[in-house]
Amino acid sequence: MDDWQSKVTMLGVGVAAFFGVVGLLLLLADRAPKTGREKFQLLFFMGPASLLLLVGLVYPSLKTLMYSFQNSDGSQWVGLRNYKWMFTQDDILIVLRNTGIWILVTPLAATAIGLLYAILIDRKRGEVVAKTLLFMPMAISFVGAGIIWKFVYEYRSPNKDQIGLLPQIMKWLGFDIKGGAMLMNAPLNTFLLIVVMVWIWAGFAMVVLSAAIKAIPTDIIEAARLDGVSSWQMFWRITLPSVRPSVIVVYMTITIGVLKVFDIVRTMTQGFHETSVVAYEMYFQAFQGNEYGHGAALAVALFVLVLPIVGFQVHQMRRQRQEAR
Amino acid sequence: MNSATVAPRTRARRGHRPDPSGPTMAGRVRKQLTSRAASLVALLIGIMWTLPTLGLLVSSFRPSLKIRTSGWWTAFNPDDMEFTTRNYTDVLFGETGDLSQYFLNSLVITVPSVLFPIFFGAIAAYALSWMKWRGRDWVFIGIFALQVVPLQMCLIPLLEMFSSFGLEGTDRFVTVWLAHTMFALPLCIFLLHNFMSELPGELFEAARVDGADHSRIFRSIALPLIIPALASFGIFQFLWVWNDLLVGMVFAGGTPDTGPLTAALAELAGTRGTQWQRLTAGAFVSLVVPMAVFLSLQRYFIRGLLAGGLKG
Repeated sequence: MDDWQSKVTMLGVGVAAFFGVVGLLLLLADRAPKTGREKFQLLFFMGPASLLLLVGLVYPSLKTLMYSFQNSDGSQWVGLRNYKWMFTQDDILIVLRNTGIWILVTPLAATAIGLLYAILIDRKRGEVVAKTLLFMPMAISFVGAGIIWKFVYEYRSPNKDQIGLLPQIMKWLGFDIKGGAMLMNAPLNTFLLIVVMVWIWAGFAMVVLSAAIKAIPTDIIEAARLDGVSSWQMFWRITLPSVRPSVIVVYMTITIGVLKVFDIVRTMTQGFHETSVVAYEMYFQAFQGNEYGHGAALAVALFVLVLPIVGFQVHQMRRQRQEAR
Repeated sequence: MNSATVAPRTRARRGHRPDPSGPTMAGRVRKQLTSRAASLVALLIGIMWTLPTLGLLVSSFRPSLKIRTSGWWTAFNPDDMEFTTRNYTDVLFGETGDLSQYFLNSLVITVPSVLFPIFFGAIAAYALSWMKWRGRDWVFIGIFALQVVPLQMCLIPLLEMFSSFGLEGTDRFVTVWLAHTMFALPLCIFLLHNFMSELPGELFEAARVDGADHSRIFRSIALPLIIPALASFGIFQFLWVWNDLLVGMVFAGGTPDTGPLTAALAELAGTRGTQWQRLTAGAFVSLVVPMAVFLSLQRYFIRGLLAGGLKG
């Protein structure tokens, strides 16, 4: 029971440290000298966050960039060798291909399902419950979701009773399930992992898009109805154009989430059977293979993939701020 | 980018609408058919989104032999119904399982990792919204852009830095708190800034005329008014940290002295010849806490989601 005690003590220390820091910072800001008071207060307000961001994000990112041009233990500069390794090694090419599939399929599927569901249940009876159902996986960890779906895919040889829902459904429908464990069949297994990601993110898409749909002015919808527009035309001419900005935000958020997918791969296949993706391979190379150079190069590749989205976001925000002025 | 996603929640839902199906019989029939099909599709999606979780939940209460040899959908067969809580007692307090240690670790990791970014984020958001200083806009845009830097970019150097502290045993929790705080700050500052800068400026001007300084205004005006936003972010961060695997595995490891619950479960899921009786119960032990938080505070969570940008 010693363990329990030292852990609870640590928790106490953490919480006490929090109140200590809060008290100290506010006290310092209060007691700041009268001359240049604003500057001191700015220092106390902006200082901690700036310091943490510089030490925790900016500096490490630059250092990782540097590591990507060095050998595995950082003792030698190797130029572009790590990047060359990335684009010539067969396993890593598969990793890159998988990441490509993830990026192409996941955001599209999750956004489409979220939007479809949001439209289908809009202003229907039981809307709140229906929303909670789809939204619930957002509260589940990727690890938990991975376990839930691993169980759905669990395969037993055809002469035994199946315990996984998917093989059983296929059996009921008369498909041949002799093919063996589903999670071992590349490239099908990558799509089975993508299902889990879509399952998690569709709820997010649905909530944001549902709010956007409710914001469409009702008179526009009424006017279209009076003109005798069909549901199909309504969707393409009114709903979709109105919620387009939200669709873009949702799509990009999911894309960023997908690029960083790690837990699902770790839980379901450990990256075996050709299911690894860049974010997982980075962890694997750096922390299990001790190949810091390779890991760093993969991290940089990830960063490069996110870069266009960052650019777009910053552009959008600056435009909005300009308009607000 | 955010104004686009924020919907006015005040718009009243319309109770009665004129019947849109038109006067003709054929029109009415067609309308009914499409609405049937629509309900059916919605129902199918709803089932697909709940059945997998339900299957795991049912299985977690079945004896281990049953889990291994028959589908969970046969569990309610009246001839052969058998349920037990043994998987839970085994996995929580059994000699081999003992997930309770990991559960406690997750708790120790999560609480400070939620508290610290909220405070540092709140004061920074105040400085970025209501203090005037040169370069403020550029700093804000920089923080905004940091939101999407993949944390993979930071792991190797941070781990080196933290190992040089020489912390051991339960002291390593400190490094996990630090890492989570650092990674959370961009989103936290951005989200709180969105709320903070919307507060009415007259309030702040009036306080300044009365001679209050920034630390006073922050404490007595800004902070009380953004409590709902703090709650939104708090829930986000709670779910994020509790459910996190990568940061926990890199900085706390997967051992019972500091490893989080997710690391233990991922390990369990990865072993050959999966022990479903432990995995099903273990997964639900880890799901209970975020589910409870989520269901009871869903409203705040959704509000934060609609106002928030991208998680880094």
